[in-house]
Amino acid sequence: MRDTFVKTLFEIAKKDKNVHIVTGDLGFGVLRPFFENLPEQITNVGIAEQNMTGVAAGMAREGKIVYTYSIGNFPTLRCIEQIRNDCAYHDANVKVVCVGGGFVYGSLGMSHHATEDIAMMRALPDVTVMAPGDLVEAECATKAIYEQQGTCYLRLGRGGEKRIHDTTPDFKIGKAIKIKDGEKVAIFSTGGIFDEAQDACEILEKKGINPALYTFPTVKPIDRETIVECANNFDYIVTVEEHNVIGGFSGAVAEVLSEFRHNAIQIKIGLNDTYSCIVGSQKYLRDYYGLSAEKIASKVEEYLK
Amino acid sequence: MTSEQLAWKIRRHGVEMTHISRGSHIAAILSVADIVAVLYNGVMNVDPEKPKMENRDRFILSKGHAGAAVYAALAETGFFDIEELKTHYADGSRLSGHVSHKGVPGVEFSTGSLGHGLPVAAGMAYAAKMDNKTHKIFVVCGDGECDEGSMWEAALMANHFELDNLILTIDYNKMQSLDFCENTLKLHSLADKWKAFGWNVIDIDGHNHDELKAAYNQAKEHKGSPTVVIANTTKGKGISFMENDILWHYRTPQGEEYDAAVAELEAQRV
Repeated sequence: MRDTFVKTLFEIAKKDKNVHIVTGDLGFGVLRPFFENLPEQITNVGIAEQNMTGVAAGMAREGKIVYTYSIGNFPTLRCIEQIRNDCAYHDANVKVVCVGGGFVYGSLGMSHHATEDIAMMRALPDVTVMAPGDLVEAECATKAIYEQQGTCYLRLGRGGEKRIHDTTPDFKIGKAIKIKDGEKVAIFSTGGIFDEAQDACEILEKKGINPALYTFPTVKPIDRETIVECANNFDYIVTVEEHNVIGGFSGAVAEVLSEFRHNAIQIKIGLNDTYSCIVGSQKYLRDYYGLSAEKIASKVEEYLK
Repeated sequence: MTSEQLAWKIRRHGVEMTHISRGSHIAAILSVADIVAVLYNGVMNVDPEKPKMENRDRFILSKGHAGAAVYAALAETGFFDIEELKTHYADGSRLSGHVSHKGVPGVEFSTGSLGHGLPVAAGMAYAAKMDNKTHKIFVVCGDGECDEGSMWEAALMANHFELDNLILTIDYNKMQSLDFCENTLKLHSLADKWKAFGWNVIDIDGHNHDELKAAYNQAKEHKGSPTVVIANTTKGKGISFMENDILWHYRTPQGEEYDAAVAELEAQRV
């Protein structure tokens, strides 16, 4: 996903000299295409995220389209006020890019677990929040935030994600993508955990449950229409995110569900308002905290009993 | 209008605005008044008829709590109606206590949380240099604001990238919100700190307009590194009982104190 982002942005940057990456001293190897071929369009501003984000806002005010790049919580929580005051309030064309959403850097410890970022970024007015679910979505989201005026957040995985969509979907900011129809249960997923949601679907299908599956590459603005439609057509809406269950994607869906009469129950799959102090790979931690395909499937089954 | 006359008007408006609104920060407004007046009186290339002209010099008041000084300077130089100054802090007004750019002609950037202005100014300066633009970026910070880590992040960056189109002024009145700077977090020697960070340091009397003008002329010509003008000032300058008294960071001029403040200023009218 990380490489897809860099590759896609590189092609955009070749055509638009106003595109500029500022990195907080991260992206070793990954950002090489920029450093080697477009050195005038990338700047390492050092390990100083508050300054990085303020600088990005200032550059944007001078006409640049600026991508701040770092990992985990560094480009978001570390400098959230600069994103709020300097970027969003000024409608600055700054795109905050996080590599390592969720437990991507699982073994590195809780400092590197980005598990509250969606909630925090979503709470800021005038910020578009995107969490692509696969490589195709990552490419589309990278192009979409370039076109979108204003401050955006792009939450990426790292590497090794699958290409789940066969073709480039009809991608639009604020629109969910239906992967498959189903009955009784609709599974909504955002971000890199999409592959677990899809595998969970397959496990459930083998047990005679046929859930619908949607991916939400945009968390803000949330796709109201799809949520309302599903709430009227399904008994259960399962939200899956590699993030705290408070304030993030499940919160965004719950906010919509609370606004009208329907019969759907929301099942929230996410990190249950805790920090992880367990050491482990992304795969291990997902399973430990109930986010693996098997655990998602079991939780859905419990509700259906 | 001379810069001295503009500075006087900023002080007079500052007292009036904080009196009407029962607002805070009069001492900070009085402290920065001469700096703002000199900048808006010939140092910066700005045009009230074309507040967004491409090659304007950019100005950020990073110590946004002294925003009344900027509003007053903008109104007095024709960016908007002087009468509007009375709406400072008021319900429904666009002139918020901390300076805001939304809908206010001439305000480049909104501030209020300290330590934001210098990084943003550095970003503007960096982008402007990249595109060979000739305008300058002026930013005014407080001395207490130098407690913020982001100031020093930007100080490193501006030096590294040789942002000689960036001109910082520090309103060095030696006081902050609760106490004198030296009793809070020692800043001395402020000039040495900035020199150590590679900046072109100009240490002057921040109430002397000739020194301020000379400093900015030197800063504009300087090449190879950013400039910091350390403007040694007096918090509450111009109103004797407000000078160097921590009380006046937050206290609002009312009653006899307001009358006395106005009388002192009227006696200094230029």
